[in-house]
Amino acid sequence: MVKFFDFLGSLVIRFIEESGRIMLLFIKTLMWIFRPPLNLKNIVRQMEEVGVNSIPVVLIMSIFTGMVLALQSYTAFRRFNAEAFIGTVVALSMVRELGPVLSGLMVSGRVGAAMAAELGTMQVTEQIDALYALATNPIKFLIVPRFLAALFVMPVLVILADIIGIIGGYLVSVILLGTNSTIYIKRTWDYMELEDIYTGLLKACIFGIIIATISCYQGFSTRGGAEGVGKATTRAVVLSSLIILISNYFIAALMF
Amino acid sequence: MPKEGQQDIKPDTLIMVRDLCKSFGSNHVLQGLNLEVNRGEDIVVIGGSGTGKSVLIKCIIGLLKPDRGTIYIDGEEITYYNEAKLNEIRKKFGMLFQFGALFDSMPVWENVGFGLKQHTNLKDDEIRDIVAEKLAMVGLKGVEYLMPSELSGGMKKRVSLARAIAMEPEILLYDEPTTGLDPIMADVINELIIQLREKLRVTSIAITHDMKSAYKIGDRIAMLYKGKIIEVGTPDEIKNSKNEIVQQFIQGKSEGPITRGE
Repeated sequence: MVKFFDFLGSLVIRFIEESGRIMLLFIKTLMWIFRPPLNLKNIVRQMEEVGVNSIPVVLIMSIFTGMVLALQSYTAFRRFNAEAFIGTVVALSMVRELGPVLSGLMVSGRVGAAMAAELGTMQVTEQIDALYALATNPIKFLIVPRFLAALFVMPVLVILADIIGIIGGYLVSVILLGTNSTIYIKRTWDYMELEDIYTGLLKACIFGIIIATISCYQGFSTRGGAEGVGKATTRAVVLSSLIILISNYFIAALMF
Repeated sequence: MPKEGQQDIKPDTLIMVRDLCKSFGSNHVLQGLNLEVNRGEDIVVIGGSGTGKSVLIKCIIGLLKPDRGTIYIDGEEITYYNEAKLNEIRKKFGMLFQFGALFDSMPVWENVGFGLKQHTNLKDDEIRDIVAEKLAMVGLKGVEYLMPSELSGGMKKRVSLARAIAMEPEILLYDEPTTGLDPIMADVINELIIQLREKLRVTSIAITHDMKSAYKIGDRIAMLYKGKIIEVGTPDEIKNSKNEIVQQFIQGKSEGPITRGE
């Protein structure tokens, strides 16, 4: 019994310590953002890595999500003759929830893993020490560009995911299932409010921050060679995905 | 407020380490280490693996914060400096890392010119000229556009050395400069270190367990054992040391006080 509490206690302490360190890194990153000069070249390179290179996965994910949403809501809505509302359901679910959350998960798997692995390798091969030795702050040089790239690129990816998801839903319900095209488009537009879009985009920004902060933290705290890099990468993906899902609920509850 | 000990820094002393302690958990790596480095000399710190040689130079350049003790660079106590002040001090330093630590996302010229790019307003063309000059100093030509992954171990070390001297530092730190190189390449690096001292008049600290290299590059040799410097002297003094620990280490014997755990 004592051992159990011992274990539980150490788990809680580790959790709090870790959260504290991540928060500290987050605050330091924010402070370094506002200290000139801003390394535009690095930011653009990271934007390409985080954004442009994520477009294919995000596109495939969102078109199939939109399609399956249309298919499933058609099955359900036909039972009470409400097929006309498929467009509304697809659009609202994509824009409010699935667009940001699924893009967040995809990006954390693709980009978060890459960030943690790259920074982790730099850590274990002393490249981060070398930055310090060259009188350059690694947070400024490595984390700030990744942070800004994720923050600005995530909303763009989500807008793309929303549009493609809605098109996917349209294709399935109009072309495959033969519902009326005009009604689909009208119902999509009529029930969509600006608020739906900007809560989705706000989520996207927050998810971008989560992915960059956690992945960079894991990279920087890597210890012990190739094995350490592997572990850091796994932790970056698992932790950022979980926190995305958890914070998603709380953001939704706050915006309710 | 002048701290205790600051008064007795001799004008010749560029780096002074006093009573330095550093532990990692229950592993007490440095236990009250004292070391003085004179302007313009090459001091070599020898000692077995895991005795804290790397920890010592990482404390000197501010990569690790010591638990106790003081470090003076050029009469200035830097031990508890914040990041911004440390960065100013670090501009006086160049460091050669054990495995080079080249930035593998950048070609050689950007690696060597990194400090210049970050801390000066020079244009890329001017940086490239300086880079070519520094690369020539370490005996490399035409490698500017290669990536670090395309270089051999010896070349990586030389590029890293070029990066360390790019900003014309006053102090050079060498972390195991010859480890992992074939004997000929090791000697090339040793020669380079000696040449650099003569050409650039830098003060340097090298840590190594390669005795051949230590005798060759060291004006003085200091032996680190159990967290302290147990003996300092010229290569000849060290060779003729009466200390059994020093003798066992420099002769590389498996039998002796070190392995008996004394």
